[in-house]
Amino acid sequence: MNMRAVKTIWVRELRVHLRDRANVISSVARSVLWLLVFGGGFGAARFSGLEVGYQEFLFPGIIAMSLLFTSIRSGISVIWDREFGFMKEILVSPASRFSIMAGKMLGGSTIAVVEGLIILLLGPLFGIKLSAFGVLACLFFMFLISFSLVSIGLIVSSIMKTFEGFQSIMTFLIMPMFFMSGALFPIDKLPSWMTPIVSLNPLTYGVDALRQILVGVGKYGILFDIFVLSLAAVVTMAGGVRAFRNRE
Amino acid sequence: MFAIETKDLTRRFGDVVAVEKLSIQVESGEVFGLLGPNGAGKSTTLNMLCTILKPTSGSALVNGLDVDREPNRVRESIGIVFQDPSVDNRLTGRENLEMHAELYGVEKQLALSRIEELLRLVELDFRADDLVKTYSGGMRRRLEIARGLIHHPKVLFLDEPTIGLDPQTRAKIWDYIKRLTVEEEITIILTTHYMDEAELLCDRVGIIDHGKIVALGKPSDLIRDVGEDLATLRIEDNSRASEFDGAPFVRRVYTGESVSLVLNDGGSTLPKLFEYAASKGIKILSIELRRPTLNDVFLHYVGRELRAEHGDGKDRMRLMRRRRGL
Repeated sequence: MNMRAVKTIWVRELRVHLRDRANVISSVARSVLWLLVFGGGFGAARFSGLEVGYQEFLFPGIIAMSLLFTSIRSGISVIWDREFGFMKEILVSPASRFSIMAGKMLGGSTIAVVEGLIILLLGPLFGIKLSAFGVLACLFFMFLISFSLVSIGLIVSSIMKTFEGFQSIMTFLIMPMFFMSGALFPIDKLPSWMTPIVSLNPLTYGVDALRQILVGVGKYGILFDIFVLSLAAVVTMAGGVRAFRNRE
Repeated sequence: MFAIETKDLTRRFGDVVAVEKLSIQVESGEVFGLLGPNGAGKSTTLNMLCTILKPTSGSALVNGLDVDREPNRVRESIGIVFQDPSVDNRLTGRENLEMHAELYGVEKQLALSRIEELLRLVELDFRADDLVKTYSGGMRRRLEIARGLIHHPKVLFLDEPTIGLDPQTRAKIWDYIKRLTVEEEITIILTTHYMDEAELLCDRVGIIDHGKIVALGKPSDLIRDVGEDLATLRIEDNSRASEFDGAPFVRRVYTGESVSLVLNDGGSTLPKLFEYAASKGIKILSIELRRPTLNDVFLHYVGRELRAEHGDGKDRMRLMRRRRGL
């Protein structure tokens, strides 16, 4: 692996994304909107059996949502690079495919985590108590979650040839992953058809871990969350590398 | 050592043979043009030499390195300017160049001075810190040429370097390419289907059709082999046209509304033609000499029939980009 190439691609991803302020602002604004409207509306309706207020319950879920949207978009942005020819320049350079892929992954995850962190720091406005340790622990999990998600985006980008299919990715991948991750509601009393999907969704374990750290409730043990998330990261990264290699 | 040496280089796509047993040698320092109609195998050849495509059989050495066995080292030693745009619109011109230097492992200080030098060469220094998004098509092309040179490649590949550009910009780009051959020790391989471009820039050209080389040599030699100088004149009394047949330097005479003479060598025989006409008392009203060009050579070898165009996705993308003015 060529560290200089990894860093170059990483920096490029950050630059391109962060330069466009509207990207970051709209992403953070979307999360705040969910927290205010969804959190406020459903919070007023009151769920039975929640150990904490709905807004606090929702907060880690919305961080996960932000990570999900931004990471997958970053992975998919390879399609954009390809359509506008820029990918070719990178692929004919002496940098190895693996370095390029690693740079893409780090770049995408960093962007997702930066946005996640902004939302996290808004936590006190929504009844979340932050500690230094809590923030650090969240950062660790946010990176771990993003690795898998960016890789999933990279895999999708190798299957999809143009951006025309983006709407179906939204409908059939991103939204189901979001809805069936426990981000919005507790997952212990779900209809039986939904349970297997929720258990197979890596985001479920990310939401669970963040929720344990931030509001102290959760379904699985934190070590189990780390285990599943790491496994998911390894598997999806391997898939991402493969997808990247096969492309001519 | 040759800059490029291929032996029986072949590439198949399924049943279609895109390039068939291509054997060419390009000397160091040469400007070599690959000409051919659409789909003749130019880009496939170029892609194999740039290690983007693997050859089906045969071999190719670039700077003495085998493209199949040492693709990474080949990549370090070449620069490529693709036919399609390949700069990052969302970075500035300078950032694009810096990124290239990083990817090719150019030492930081060296890269900085090299980037300045190249920005001046392609006259983009004054726009270097603007986003490429705001550049015109010609400026992007110039940036791509500069980028291809950052790591001091020994061979520069230019795929259709002036396609879609206006005449002034094309002339500018020709200037840069010519200056390169003087200022840098570099071999240039270019593909084009503009014959004027090839005639102007190339020391040697290879015309490729249906995946095979059909003609190879210096443009002037190829022109001499194929072309005929044609003088078209109007004379006072058309009935006397046949008298030109007697002149030793006239090969053939065609008479119609005007008289057309096929001459051995138009430049030197034109004065003789005047003398000959004067001695016979034939009055010439006007004369026009048409010398053959590489175009005639091309049409001679490749024929005049139109090729079926493939409306594949790539062409559509190009069309879209051109419409959007990208």
